[in-house]
Amino acid sequence: MTPAETMTQTNPSSNSDSLLVVDDLRTHFHVDAGIVKAVDGVSFSLERGTTLGIVGESGSGKTVLSRSIMRLNTGGNAVTTGSVNYDGTELVGLEPKQLKSMWGTEMAMVFQDPMTSLNPVVKIGRQITEHLRFHLAVSRQEAKRLGIELLRSVRIPEPEARFNTYPHQLSGGMRQRVSIAIALACGPRILFADEPTTALDVTVQHQILNLLRFQQRDRFMTMILVTHDLGVVAGRTDEIAVMYAGKIVEKAPTKSLFRTLKHPYTEALLASIPKVSNPKHTRLDAIAGRPPDLINPPTGCSFSPRCPYAQAKCFEQEPTLVPDADPGHQFACWYPVGSAENAEAYERNLANEVPATLAAAGRLLATEEIVDTEAMVLAHVDSEGDKGAMN
Amino acid sequence: MAGTGKAHLRGLDNTILTVEDLVVKFPAGRGQTVKAVSGISFDIAKGETLGLVGESGCGKSTTGRAMLQLPPPTSGSVNLDGVELTALRGEQLRSQRTQLQMIFQDPISSLNPRRMIGEVVAEPLRVWGTSDKDEQWAKVSRMLEDVGIDPQTARYKRPHEFSGGQCQRISIARALVLEPKIIICDEPVSALDVSVQAQILNMLEELKAQFGLTLVFIAHDLAVVKNISDRVAVMYLGKMCEVSESDRLYAEPAHPYTKLLLDSAPIPDPLVDIDETVAPDEGLPSPINPPSGCRFRTRCSNATELCEQVEPQLRKVTDDHFVACHHPLVPVTADSPTPAAAAQ
Repeated sequence: MTPAETMTQTNPSSNSDSLLVVDDLRTHFHVDAGIVKAVDGVSFSLERGTTLGIVGESGSGKTVLSRSIMRLNTGGNAVTTGSVNYDGTELVGLEPKQLKSMWGTEMAMVFQDPMTSLNPVVKIGRQITEHLRFHLAVSRQEAKRLGIELLRSVRIPEPEARFNTYPHQLSGGMRQRVSIAIALACGPRILFADEPTTALDVTVQHQILNLLRFQQRDRFMTMILVTHDLGVVAGRTDEIAVMYAGKIVEKAPTKSLFRTLKHPYTEALLASIPKVSNPKHTRLDAIAGRPPDLINPPTGCSFSPRCPYAQAKCFEQEPTLVPDADPGHQFACWYPVGSAENAEAYERNLANEVPATLAAAGRLLATEEIVDTEAMVLAHVDSEGDKGAMN
Repeated sequence: MAGTGKAHLRGLDNTILTVEDLVVKFPAGRGQTVKAVSGISFDIAKGETLGLVGESGCGKSTTGRAMLQLPPPTSGSVNLDGVELTALRGEQLRSQRTQLQMIFQDPISSLNPRRMIGEVVAEPLRVWGTSDKDEQWAKVSRMLEDVGIDPQTARYKRPHEFSGGQCQRISIARALVLEPKIIICDEPVSALDVSVQAQILNMLEELKAQFGLTLVFIAHDLAVVKNISDRVAVMYLGKMCEVSESDRLYAEPAHPYTKLLLDSAPIPDPLVDIDETVAPDEGLPSPINPPSGCRFRTRCSNATELCEQVEPQLRKVTDDHFVACHHPLVPVTADSPTPAAAAQ
C-alpha cells in the first residue's frame, strides 16, 4: 500500500467540488514602520484536481498568500483575517496544534530552495520517514519501505542507497526531488509549490515540473504553483491568478488569460520576458518604476504609478475584480487592455508625455528614472478642466 | 589532443581578447582534482557581446574568473589586446586588471553593506585614479546618473536601502568607473524579477553603446543570453559544445545539448505543447571523473561507440557556427576532419 492509498482511507471524499475556498484573506505584518499589507483581500476557490498558478513580482504577496492559506505564518507580528475554508473546515483561527494534523496529510508545501528547506545534518531517509511515522503511525521498517518507495516515485536513482545520504551529497535537482518526496509522503490533497524550480537549471526545471505534473495526476491532487515566471505556468496550470501589491488583479483560465489578457500589469509582465523567438538585441519592454511600498500603498489602483494607461480615476478609486465576457475571467482595471477606453487613455498619455507611457512606448532610456506619473496625469486633467470651465 | 579544437577562432583584426586551451583545475582532496574547465578556446572582437551558457557546474563562471586571473588558470593563455595576462604577476597584473571588470550575480552581497554608495563606487578610483576627492565625486556622480541612480540621494546611503535592481545598477556603475575595455557579467540578472531584469538588460545595451564596451555575458537563461549576445558559446562540463552567431544558434542548434537546453526553456504560451516525456535523470556527471570521449554522451540519445572512444573536435557548420559533436543535428561542411580521421 502506498502512502497515497493509506490517505484515501482516512479521508472520505466530500461531495462539494471546491476543495478550497478563500474569502477576503488578509495577512498584515505589524512592524515598527507601520503595517505591511502583504496580502490584502484575496478571494478565490479551487476545485479538486486542478492547478492554480499564482504569478507576480517579488513583494507582490504570492508567497505570503500561500503560507497564509496553509496557516504557516501564524506567529509573531503576522495577523491573518478573512476565511480559508478547506473542505468544510475553517482554518483561520485554528491553533498550530490543531493545524499540525493537517500539515502533510491534507496540505503540504514544496519550498523554493532545497538546500535550506532540508535539514543539512539529518539523513534524507529520516527526513522522509519522520512524516510517515508521525502521521500514519507505521513501524520503522514499514516507514523505510514507504520512504524508499517515495524516493523511487520521484525518480531518484538507487533509492536504497540514497536513503542514507545527507542533503549535501545530492545535486540541487535531486534535493528538490527529495523535498517533493517529503511533501508527498502522507498523500496531501493540496500541494503548494512555492517557486519550486527558481533555484534550478532549465533542464532540471523541466524535469521537476514534469514530475510534479505526473504526481498530481497520479494522486488526483490539487496544486498551487507559485512563481514569478509566466513561462512556467503557461503550459502547466488550469487557472492563473496575477498578484500585485497583495491583491489579485487578474484571474482567468490559463488559455483565456494569454488569449485576451485584460490587466495592464499582466500585459507588462508578459512583455518584459525575453523570448527565444525574438532576434538578438531586441529591446525589452521593461515595466517602469518599482513595486509599491506595502506600508503606504498608493491610493486608487496600486499599479497606477507604473501604468502606461493610468488616468485620473485610477489614482482616486480602487478598481475591484469584475467578470469579463470569457467565463471565469476576472480583472480589476478601469481601462482594461483591448478596450476602446484603454486605447484612448494610451493616446492621451502619450500626447501628454506621461513618463510611464513613454517608457512603455520605448521612448525613454532604461537609465532614466520614472518620476511621478500621477502628477503628470493629474496636471493635464486640471488644465483640461480649466479649458472646459473657460469655454 | 584533449582540447575540443580551435577551428572557431577567427583571427580577426579587431580581436580584443583571445583565450586558448584554458584549463582550470582545483584540488578536491584525496589526491583528486576537479577539472572545472578542460581546455576551451574563444576569441572576442571589440564591441562584441559573447554569451556563455550552460548548466550550473559547466565551468562558465570559472572561465569568467580565470580570464581575470582570479585564480590564474592551471594552463592556457589569456591574451588581452596583445598582453598575455597569464605571464604577468603582481603589480603588472593588477594594473592590467583595471581593463577587465566584473559584475556579480547577487547585487546585494557584492556591495559592502557597511559602506556608503558614494564610497563603494569611488573605491576603484581611489585605488587607480585620482586621489582628489572632488574629482572622484564628479566622476562617481556622473557614473551613477548614467545607470539611473540619483547621485545626491544615493551618496550617503548604504546598500540595504536599495532594491536588488538598484544595487545591480550601483555595481554596474562601480564596474564602469575605471572605463574598462571588457566587462564580465556573471549571471547579472538571474537574481532579479523579470521586470527589473528587462530594465537592467536594456541598460547594459545602452551603456555598451555609450562606452564602446565589450561584454562577456555568463548566464543559464537562454532567452536572456540570446537577447544580449552577438555570439554564444555553449559549455558542458568544462568543454565547449557549440559556438555560433546567436540568431543562428537558436534557429539551428547543431549540438544535441544545445537542443536540450532550448527545448527545456519554458515558453510563455499555453498553446505550445510541453514535452512531458522528459523525466528526471542523473544529471551532470562528476567533473572529477568526466566520461571518456564526448562528455555529453551519458545524457545523449544519439550517443554511439565512437562518442565513447573519441573526443569530438569543433567543426565548421557555416562561417560563424562551429560544433563539437560526432553526430551533429545539422550537417557540417565537408572540409572538416572526420571523426574517424581525428581518431588516428
